[in-house]
Amino acid sequence: MSSLWVNLAYIVAAVMFIFGLRMLGSPATARSGNALSSGGMFIAIVVTLLSKGIVEFHWIAIAVAAGALVGALASRLVAMTSMPEMVALFNGSGGIASLLVGWAALSGAHAGIGAVTAFTAVTVFLSVMIGGVTFSGSIIAWAKLADVMPSGAVVFAAQRLINGAILGGLVVCGVFFAHAPAPDSYLFYGILGLALLLGIMAVIPIGGADMPVVISLLNSYSGLAACAAGFAINNNILIVSGSLVGAAGIVLTNIMCKAMNRSLANVLFSGFGAVKTAAKVEGEVKPIVAEDAYLILEAASSVAFVPGYGMAVAQAQHVVRELGELLEANGCEVSYAIHPVAGRMPGHMNVLLAEANVPYDQLVEAKDINPRMPNVDVAVVIGANDVVNPAARDDEASPIYGMPIINVDHARTAFVLKRSMASGFAGVDNPLFFGTNTRMLFGDAKASVSALIAEFK
Amino acid sequence: MELIPVYLAFILILAIFLGFELISKVPATLHTPLMSGANAISGITIVGALLAAGAGGPSWLATLLGAAAVFFATVNVVGGYLVTDRMLGMFKKKPDESD
Repeated sequence: MSSLWVNLAYIVAAVMFIFGLRMLGSPATARSGNALSSGGMFIAIVVTLLSKGIVEFHWIAIAVAAGALVGALASRLVAMTSMPEMVALFNGSGGIASLLVGWAALSGAHAGIGAVTAFTAVTVFLSVMIGGVTFSGSIIAWAKLADVMPSGAVVFAAQRLINGAILGGLVVCGVFFAHAPAPDSYLFYGILGLALLLGIMAVIPIGGADMPVVISLLNSYSGLAACAAGFAINNNILIVSGSLVGAAGIVLTNIMCKAMNRSLANVLFSGFGAVKTAAKVEGEVKPIVAEDAYLILEAASSVAFVPGYGMAVAQAQHVVRELGELLEANGCEVSYAIHPVAGRMPGHMNVLLAEANVPYDQLVEAKDINPRMPNVDVAVVIGANDVVNPAARDDEASPIYGMPIINVDHARTAFVLKRSMASGFAGVDNPLFFGTNTRMLFGDAKASVSALIAEFK
Repeated sequence: MELIPVYLAFILILAIFLGFELISKVPATLHTPLMSGANAISGITIVGALLAAGAGGPSWLATLLGAAAVFFATVNVVGGYLVTDRMLGMFKKKPDESD
């Protein structure tokens, strides 16, 4: 196939990606949108294989077969609760693929022409740098999410200084490399090593609950890496698709930051809450047992569930749905209030509840449920903490002050399902637990909800 | 020839703006599938990887790197689309009767 036809086919693929992303904007069309986008990918791959540039197939066949097997198995076998880890790993594999393409472009151009232009050198530098940061950063994000390493923020003295030095070193290497590009130079290996190091250093100071930001940012990087690889090999389809993904990741990152009322710089560079100390909360915690909680729920005409990461950890989404259905059968209006940063990735709670067969029209965003909260009889908080902390609204000294929350303290009664009185990720006391309308239902979330279901039956 | 980088940059800028327009309309419910679906699209690097692995040029290193890139990009593409499809298959509207 001539390169004219190949490029025309790339236009078709790009259009299919664009419509696919657009259709992902509504739950009714999302699935066909994804299928359309995969069709675009299929076209792009097939015409590339048919292009004159490809003369050798056996390596490709082996790599495609192995990659398809790994990808298919991973996507089938992963539990919905492990989805953040899976997305982190996929981001990482996109990153390293772009790194390798940049590297291959360099050694291929070097062997073919004998000299590499400065433009190619700069783009190779960018794809290796962004791809490397995406790869090692994603691996660290995965390790934190999978509890392979402690999920807390790793902070040490002069951290920003060291990271700045690494970035400076990268830029210096890049400048020299652009002047004398060679695939086997120490400069290139220096860039490779520093990029991988930078990815690690950039993600270790970011704690578990800030993961939604990191995952979306790495998602954006994986797109930008593909984009840089596209520049390295002068390929339009890589540039278009890569920048679509890059933009998507940036939009999501921005949404996540807004949902925490923090700037991106604040999420990326500061371990949480080291600066201010919030007012100490005084008061009495009022525990409740399942039998009494049942009596209140049984009489309620409106219940809002507020899930958090604790629901994912306890795998409680199925029992929560069951309780919701029992309440509905009892004539109660049930909704699920989802905070944008609840969980470990954007939309984490929505996916879990969807897995448990909760219809998506029952899921309500924080800003929509808050005005209705005074009319909610019972708000049931399941493993969420910081996103329902009234200190974020009332206490100016609190580290999370200004973060939009779900106002469960405005509900007539709030049940908080919690293992113990430990504070949330931010290490901030939660005045909600001491509120006059709050009842604490201590224990594992799944066990507590199951006990409530048993009462209903 | 020297204008090619500029044309590429032109495409880049327009595509970024398009991306912002497309994504800002996605509801919060779909953020995870959006992310994994977008991630699958970033596997478009596979095109570059195929070109590197199949060029049959004098550089065995380029072939090897390209093949490794094909592997990772295929994981990204296949895994990304399938997992997105699996997630989206679970999103259901409220039925008229209880299920």
